Amino acid sequence: MAETTVAIEESRQATIDRGPIYNDFSMVVATINGSGSQTSNMAIIRALFRMGIPVSGKNLFPSNIQGLPTWFTIRVSSDGFTARRETTEILVAMNITTFAEDIENLAPGGVCFYSDDFSVPGNREDITYYPMPVRKLIKKADPPKALRDYITNMVYVGVLSEMLGIEIEEIRRALETHFQFNQKPVDLNMSVIELAADWAKENYEKSDPYFVRREQNPRDRILMDGNTASALGAIYGGVTFAAWYPITPASSLADALEEYLPQLRCQDGGCKATYSIIQAEDELAAVGMAVGAGWSGARAMTSTSGPGIALMAEFVGLAFQAEIPIVIWDVQRMGPSTGLPTRTSQGDLLFVRFLGAGDTQHVVLLPGNINECFEFGWKAFDIAERLQTPIFVLTDLDLGMNLWMSDPLEFPDQPMDRGKILTEEDLERLGEFARYRDVDGDGITYRTLPGTEHPLAAYFTRGTGHDENAVYSECPEHWEANMERLWRKHETAKQYLPSPVIETMENAQIGLIAYGSTDPAVQEARARLLEEDLSTDYLRITALPFADEIKEFVRNHERVYVIEMNHSGQMRQLLQLEIPDQALKLQSIRKDNGLPLSARWIATTLLEAEGE
Amino acid sequence: MSTEVKNSSRRASKTNLIGLSRADYKGMPTTLCQGCGHNSISSQIMAACYENSIQPEKIIKVSGIGCSSKSPTYFMSRSHGFNSLHGRMPSIATGAVVVNRELTAIGVSGDGDTASIGIGQFIHLLRRNLPMVYIVENNGVYGLTKGQFSATADKGQVLKKIGENPFLPVDVCMEALVANCGFVARSFAGDPKQVKELIKAALSFKGTAVLDIISPCVTFNNRGESTKSYAWGKEHADPIHDVTYVQSFDEIEVEYGPGQTTKVEMHDGSSLRLQKLKRDYDPCNREHAMLLLEETRARKILVTGLIYINKDQPSLQEVEDLVDTPLTKLQEKDLRPSPESLMEILEDYR
Repeated sequence: MAETTVAIEESRQATIDRGPIYNDFSMVVATINGSGSQTSNMAIIRALFRMGIPVSGKNLFPSNIQGLPTWFTIRVSSDGFTARRETTEILVAMNITTFAEDIENLAPGGVCFYSDDFSVPGNREDITYYPMPVRKLIKKADPPKALRDYITNMVYVGVLSEMLGIEIEEIRRALETHFQFNQKPVDLNMSVIELAADWAKENYEKSDPYFVRREQNPRDRILMDGNTASALGAIYGGVTFAAWYPITPASSLADALEEYLPQLRCQDGGCKATYSIIQAEDELAAVGMAVGAGWSGARAMTSTSGPGIALMAEFVGLAFQAEIPIVIWDVQRMGPSTGLPTRTSQGDLLFVRFLGAGDTQHVVLLPGNINECFEFGWKAFDIAERLQTPIFVLTDLDLGMNLWMSDPLEFPDQPMDRGKILTEEDLERLGEFARYRDVDGDGITYRTLPGTEHPLAAYFTRGTGHDENAVYSECPEHWEANMERLWRKHETAKQYLPSPVIETMENAQIGLIAYGSTDPAVQEARARLLEEDLSTDYLRITALPFADEIKEFVRNHERVYVIEMNHSGQMRQLLQLEIPDQALKLQSIRKDNGLPLSARWIATTLLEAEGE
Repeated sequence: MSTEVKNSSRRASKTNLIGLSRADYKGMPTTLCQGCGHNSISSQIMAACYENSIQPEKIIKVSGIGCSSKSPTYFMSRSHGFNSLHGRMPSIATGAVVVNRELTAIGVSGDGDTASIGIGQFIHLLRRNLPMVYIVENNGVYGLTKGQFSATADKGQVLKKIGENPFLPVDVCMEALVANCGFVARSFAGDPKQVKELIKAALSFKGTAVLDIISPCVTFNNRGESTKSYAWGKEHADPIHDVTYVQSFDEIEVEYGPGQTTKVEMHDGSSLRLQKLKRDYDPCNREHAMLLLEETRARKILVTGLIYINKDQPSLQEVEDLVDTPLTKLQEKDLRPSPESLMEILEDYR
């Protein structure tokens, strides 16, 4: 026996010797894009979730409609970790073209379910193989011809259900949710699933250690993607106007608006809309319409991704200068340029922070989970109308399009803040109105809405230089005074922004700073580091401009690591600018390869940096 | 006593139906060149709104960038105005009007703003049929940047700095027709009466009303051979009809011979009387409108008047099926759905 074979045998034996492993593995389903695997994968993850098992689901998909490989990863973790796990323990291989590389990527002692049409490549003898007679089972089930291709993927649902212990009743319930209680497709899919489960029971002998089992989880949880949560946040924030242009990975945010607004925001027996949503001809028009609507007095938004932001630069500068409230969602994808349209990144941070010609700076919200997508979704309108300026909300493909387990969304706990608006009565009482006069000293001036029926109400909005009365002016004093006030307003902004989230450990010497979708990976990395006796404090940034607590946090730690998913360490750069005397203390842990960060990578990189 | 009577009668004659005087429609002093066609158009906008008794506060003035786009400052200071970005007026207008259906938008753009940088947004505005008056102050040249060709400049036109223009012009009215615009008019700043009547009609139209008004640039493009000059316009202007706008409450009965006048009813009950001049022309026929533009272009005629009208296309608000209340007037109870509705939604995600 060759040395390697011995080693493989030993590692396999070791895996089995550990005994059964419950609710702690990562599983990847490799299929072909457009083959209908989404229904199967959703059925599996929903069933697991409803068994009380902490799960997360990530779709790694190509920029393609049909034919290219796609992978759906489900992680189950009793410990509640939801970040991307670097290792894959279970493979469901339904795509011959990637079969060899998929097997290569399996962890030692992994498990492979595959369509028995394929011949197993390579020499991974450490793996437990389960060939699935997909064709034979489908022939036996005999579904209507037109549906055959779509239903084929149900075979692995049935097999996994039997081999891992996914409760078949939960699979049925999951399908009922998926098909909105339309019993016919549920029954049809279930017939294949049950057939496959029965076949597996009779023909396989379980020889791998991986199982799932129901957990008694007292917490009320939901399983949702970020774009849906963001859209719902906007709706419960009273969105009245939305314009958008299709772009991956932001389109599903607008889709969710289109899905929920008709049921939630219609009057007169559900036919007259209290909102308007327009698919614009491009992102220039999308943001332009939102600016027009915000100027008119509506809660207006647009949603896009990096390339769309590039087109919006002109209007965002105008909205900053003319002081018009709008909310802009940037569901980030990998750039520069068209980049990787279906891969995640946090590369737009610097871009949106200073987007626009001349001196501009914008308020940026950075939700880090599903709850914050919702919360910042409604708060963004309050902040925009309070500050009369564009508000960016940055998520990314991972947070926006993948499935996350979360506490239920919480209904807004504050009434709407419509900001400083003068009505006819106000104007009558005041007897004067200057659109850009800083009456309260906070940099935020009063505005009137078009249509206000008072001779004093009107003013002229422009991106050009203006005096307090909004009259065109090239006077140096006017220009400087106005810019000073805009900067003062930006300082005022801090009091309206969500606070950073700080979590400490006893005796921690080092501080970690992160933001957005990397939170689960950072959390898990901290747990791993603690096992290595390295305590860490953690601050998660939720908004720009920086809150004072962030500077405090940096000052109070010997070493601070800024963890992020972009190539140039953008948040670290911003922090170094903000606290130049602490600049050398700020270390960067960054990776930007299109995949969400993993806890293992963060922990390993950090330990290396710490010289351990 | 007699003085009092005199005063009150003067007051009556110097105000419109909503009790406002012409001064209530004034803007800031113009900073455009003396003799600029745009100033003349601004005057007709003020006159049209005054005579139509439109509350200035219910008007919004929108524009892009350029000489023409500066002009909203120079009329109706009691209306909110928005001098936005080059070629982007349509999107600003769309957002602003859709959320407040009580507003009447008057957009002023130029040939560079509409036919060059803004042609995309222009076409899509027409496609959506947003109710607004869209005036193109067309002079075939960039003024603010000191005399470059625009997309409506004549082929073969010569400018001092640039030389000869080798390209055929964009015809704003033809573009509007192709984009299914329901109100297409062409006029000449040198014919203020027609300009005013067409603006009045456009203000009564529920949809995008495009007015392509040849408005000479006295500084950069007023040489006699230019089709955008005063001299050329005066010589070649050929109105297809004599336009008179009649408000719904005006009981004017003018006697015309049979077949001499076409009456076009507007959405708000007002009407347009189009008195026949030289030719028989039906402005309700889109194909005829296109032929007219082709023919007059070939014959080097500046055809003016209402070239095409179609009132049957739904406006954007109708398509969107919005509540009657302007969306900007909705209160929190209308805007934020109930906590119970959120609970219900979350059930699907449990």
